[in-house]
Amino acid sequence: MSDQPATNGALVRVEGVEKVFHRGTEDIHVLANLNLQVPAGEFLALMGPSGSGKSTLLNLIGGLDRPTKGRVSVAGDHIEKLSDHQLAAWRARHIGFVFQLYNLIPVLTAERNVELPLLLTHLTKAERRKHVETALAMVGLTHRAQHYPRTLSGGEQQRVGIARGIVTDPTLLLCDEPTGDLDRKSGDEILNLLQALNREHGKTIIMVTHDPHASARASRTVYLNKGELTNTPLA
Amino acid sequence: MKFFHLIRGNLLRHKLRTSLTLLSILVAFVLFGFLCAVKQALVGGVALAGADRLIVRHKVSIIQMLPESYQARMERIPGVAAAAHQTWFGGIYQDPKNFFMQCPVVPEQFMAMFPEFILPADQMTAWLATRTGAIVGRNTAERFQWKIGDKIPIMSPIWLRKPWEFDLVGIFDGKEKGTDTTSFYFRYDYFDEARQAQNWGQGQVGWFTIKVDDPAQAAAVAQAVDREFENSPAETKTEPEGAFAQAFVNQIGNIAFIIAGILSAVFFTILLVTGSTMSQAVRERIGELGVLKAIGFTNRQVLGLVLAESCLLTVAGGGLGLALAWLLTARGDPTGGMMPMFFFPVRDILIGFALSVALGVITGILPAQQAMRLRVADALRRM
Repeated sequence: MSDQPATNGALVRVEGVEKVFHRGTEDIHVLANLNLQVPAGEFLALMGPSGSGKSTLLNLIGGLDRPTKGRVSVAGDHIEKLSDHQLAAWRARHIGFVFQLYNLIPVLTAERNVELPLLLTHLTKAERRKHVETALAMVGLTHRAQHYPRTLSGGEQQRVGIARGIVTDPTLLLCDEPTGDLDRKSGDEILNLLQALNREHGKTIIMVTHDPHASARASRTVYLNKGELTNTPLA
Repeated sequence: MKFFHLIRGNLLRHKLRTSLTLLSILVAFVLFGFLCAVKQALVGGVALAGADRLIVRHKVSIIQMLPESYQARMERIPGVAAAAHQTWFGGIYQDPKNFFMQCPVVPEQFMAMFPEFILPADQMTAWLATRTGAIVGRNTAERFQWKIGDKIPIMSPIWLRKPWEFDLVGIFDGKEKGTDTTSFYFRYDYFDEARQAQNWGQGQVGWFTIKVDDPAQAAAVAQAVDREFENSPAETKTEPEGAFAQAFVNQIGNIAFIIAGILSAVFFTILLVTGSTMSQAVRERIGELGVLKAIGFTNRQVLGLVLAESCLLTVAGGGLGLALAWLLTARGDPTGGMMPMFFFPVRDILIGFALSVALGVITGILPAQQAMRLRVADALRRM
């Protein structure tokens, strides 16, 4: 789908990242001296127990949060150096998000939900419509375009979420527990879709999951425990 | 506007809540329109008063009369361009409820003094040729369905205490929308001669209107007029026409202040109602605002979306309210003659529209700032 920028082999570089949350007088160290490289075209699964910092790491890579220490670069852009305004524009250009609870806007139809990220571009109405049709066709939901989220099943809502994530053809697709709220059959459909996006369209995907069945679909799995990354599952 | 679907969708999320808020705003703006029309009816005469005209009345009270002979003396005062007199007739047409002002005047002097009254030339000629002739403003002519040639009987409880009969020879229009076209004017020579029968008031008039050469010298001319009649049996008080009209209005009270007070209370309530709706609307969808920010909406765009939503709500409610007020006031004076200049002026409609936008900005700004300051990661946790 896209031409990924060359960044010395790695599309995503996380270098010496530390993240500390402040709760009152208490400092909570979530990530400590964390390093990760994700090459372009990889489908990476990020596993770990609850509270291990998986979502925090995903938020840092997606520019939703800033590291306390260290550097995060995606496609050559050091996102910790960007202002809030620049970061928002950067997310619109480079990142597609898929959330566990789909996070669709309930007052918009599937089609309008998918169109949302395109409203931030300079595309004409006709061009936006074409992109939306393509994205909905890729997730197999053309026939449900005019439906509101409440009339769609969980699996269908997540497919709309994926269509919204890919409609701008982002550099990187970040999925936070995309099958966490779905039954096995719907979950498998979503995983098939993500796998197809990675294999057939070369989309780089980082997926946070608890589910070994889901991580088995990824090309590589890393494990996060107490703020540290390993390549081996936890005992 | 490409974000319209999102804004409209959010507004229609809770239809009942939005409808009730919209209705409150609508009612407030209908009231605004109505009160503006009332204010226009009561103080409109002040705004339309000629800057170059002064009113000369008896120093004691407007109901005390002045000798008609004063006119010639006034016209000799330097700075006075012309003078014309009027007298309160206080007649009743069929029923005391059918109120409208009637005054005997000298036609040529009167029409020259008040160019805001437009009377066709042939009707003016007819008036000059008919001793019992009278002219009436369009508003009253339409109210009683009078037409030229009609005989108009008017009972005067002051003069002769008998019905007077006039021949309607003209119907005048106003030059501007706010010009009073409810009055009825008839010839002073006919009136004065008839007064001989009651042996009272002959040669006396109610008040004078004088036109000055230079409006900048109006105060000096007014002083000169009052000096001219100092220590006479009928001393005068001369003031600008606007101040004279204002004095009438002040008998009711400070209209502008009363209306401003009512409207302030109403709009303060609306501010709270709309502000509460908008705050609730933002609180309910913090997670969704987080999603918008996650997919690339900037803080300013989120601020703009919330502000646009509150402005759309207040402008829709305000616009409907203003339109309804305009429709209601377009039917004219609801009192049947007491408020001839009752209408909703375009200037006030524009002020109302600006007010609706301001209301949207004021009620939306706090929730919008709250939405703007949301941290994405925190907001997403509240989805």
